[in-house]
Amino acid sequence: MASFQGTKINPSRFHISHLKFYLLLAPLAVFMVLPILFIVSHAFKPMNELFAYPPRFLAKMPTMDNFEFLFSTLATSGIPASRYLFNSAVVTLITVLATVFISTAAGYAFSKKHFRLKSYLFEINTLALMFVPVAVSIPRYYIIVELGLIDTFPINILPMLAMPVGLFLVKQFIDQIPNELLEAAQMDGANDWTIFRRIIVPMTMPAVATIAILAFQMSWNNTEPATMYINDERLKTFAYYMSTFTATNNEVAGQGIAAAAALIMFVPNVLIFIFMQSKVMNTMAHSGLK
Amino acid sequence: METKQNIAVRPAVKRGASPVKRGKLAEWARKEGTAYLFLAPYLLLFVVFIVLPVLLAIGLSFTSFNAIQTPKFTGLTNYISVLTRDSVFMQYVLPNTLKFSLLVGPVGYIMSFLLAWMLAQIQSGPRTILALLIYSPSLTIGVAMQVVWKTLFNGDPTGYINSFLLLNGFITQPIQWLQSPEYLMGIMMVVTIWSSMGIGFLAMLAGVLNINSEMYEAGYIDGISNRFQEIIHITIPSMKPQMLFGAVMAVVGTFQAGMIGVQLSGSNPTPQYAGQLIVNHIEDHGFIRYEMGYASALSVILLIIIYICSKVVWSLFSEEGKGGKRSWLRSRAQR
Repeated sequence: MASFQGTKINPSRFHISHLKFYLLLAPLAVFMVLPILFIVSHAFKPMNELFAYPPRFLAKMPTMDNFEFLFSTLATSGIPASRYLFNSAVVTLITVLATVFISTAAGYAFSKKHFRLKSYLFEINTLALMFVPVAVSIPRYYIIVELGLIDTFPINILPMLAMPVGLFLVKQFIDQIPNELLEAAQMDGANDWTIFRRIIVPMTMPAVATIAILAFQMSWNNTEPATMYINDERLKTFAYYMSTFTATNNEVAGQGIAAAAALIMFVPNVLIFIFMQSKVMNTMAHSGLK
Repeated sequence: METKQNIAVRPAVKRGASPVKRGKLAEWARKEGTAYLFLAPYLLLFVVFIVLPVLLAIGLSFTSFNAIQTPKFTGLTNYISVLTRDSVFMQYVLPNTLKFSLLVGPVGYIMSFLLAWMLAQIQSGPRTILALLIYSPSLTIGVAMQVVWKTLFNGDPTGYINSFLLLNGFITQPIQWLQSPEYLMGIMMVVTIWSSMGIGFLAMLAGVLNINSEMYEAGYIDGISNRFQEIIHITIPSMKPQMLFGAVMAVVGTFQAGMIGVQLSGSNPTPQYAGQLIVNHIEDHGFIRYEMGYASALSVILLIIIYICSKVVWSLFSEEGKGGKRSWLRSRAQR
């Protein structure tokens, strides 16, 4: 093996030949992250720097003004920003927990259970990987009207829960668990629920973490329910609230506040991903479509 | 669990009139009941929020419906109108959609793969950091980024891009980036590609990292002599499943990004329909003009386009696809 001269994927030590990859990747990574740095610097700019000409990329005198303003003023509707933030937190928390449970349970059935429609149903789910919700927003709206869910809190959550990608990833992951293990547990008298709780869930943790992140991103960033299914301001989420800042064109004063709100949106996303990235990569290794 | 199972069985038992039928249902419940119990929450939500909307869209597409009166069956009228009478659709929306998706999808996808491949060639510490930086734009889906793009591409002389170009003498008048038809589409594409290293990118990175190094050794014994051949003959064939997953995610991501033009320009329709994609056309007809039947026909057309695109990538990367050379190489490697 040591004499092999070709590619060494995932090298353990630095080698001079890696330099060319760094030279390509590093500038690109900087380019990718620039707009995000821009949000950070914009969020901390005082008012006079927002208006400055020529504009500066970095804040000269960083302040918390924008954040204070964001939380001290009320929206036109009289709802404080903290209310939207609270709604978002609750919606996201419930969505993540429920999506994880629902997908893992369904993944267990698809991976380890036998039923006649299994292959058809999984085929349909694979087809649904291509599903683009915006394409059917109109019929979705009518179904939600029929169900009487307009202007209710649960409508923030319910449409997000069936996540074809989530089910797909978790099913592929559960496939790795040997059947013998489940059979042994059954011999010891464990029922399905116990097997699910004690074996499947702990052994699928990386996939669970991955769906949790995906569900988090979708739910936390989602403005669809607030714009389409909810009129009551008290039930809307922070993602919607911040979109009201950016909807108004060319308003320089609003930019700083919008950037502050965008930063609040962005930070949890990144923290969660950094925290769980090794688990995500572990799951993605089994993500292949055949 | 036991009690739940019984609840599921009971109505079936009541309904079964003949003992034979009852036996069958009971047996079914015993055999497959638990599987469906685990499936039930997912299936229910899946049907209500994904399957039913698609079916309803198909149904409504054959009607004339203004959101107030009951839908009136009109056969294929909507589809015929889309194809023959909707000049905006034929002149702007369809060409825009094709241009946008055929550029953004493949470019984003190829970039994802090349970046994943390059990242796999370096040590894990720096790789994690660089991968996070490249992945981070896709964490900012939609709303959060509007503030950045609107500020950067602001039409005033104080906009970042404008002021840079003005101060360096490239232009003499500020450009209305987001309001001018000639620039909007380009900006939409750049922004979408920028945020397209998402879940498919992660899948491909994991795919490259998981290829057994013996495959490469076997490849070099079989006469592969450079990195390019290595990618074509070993890397891609060895991670076809991840390549396919990434490709499907690229297709979905591209069409999902359809709102970007309206978000950037702040109006639907976009200035002179320059950034009008099918998704915006659906919104325009559905929620602005209340032509729900017509909008549904557009939805169905969009779903068909997405389906065709996915089928194309499927046939490119499917395991069952042809590729004698590949399987030959693989069998050599596995020996």
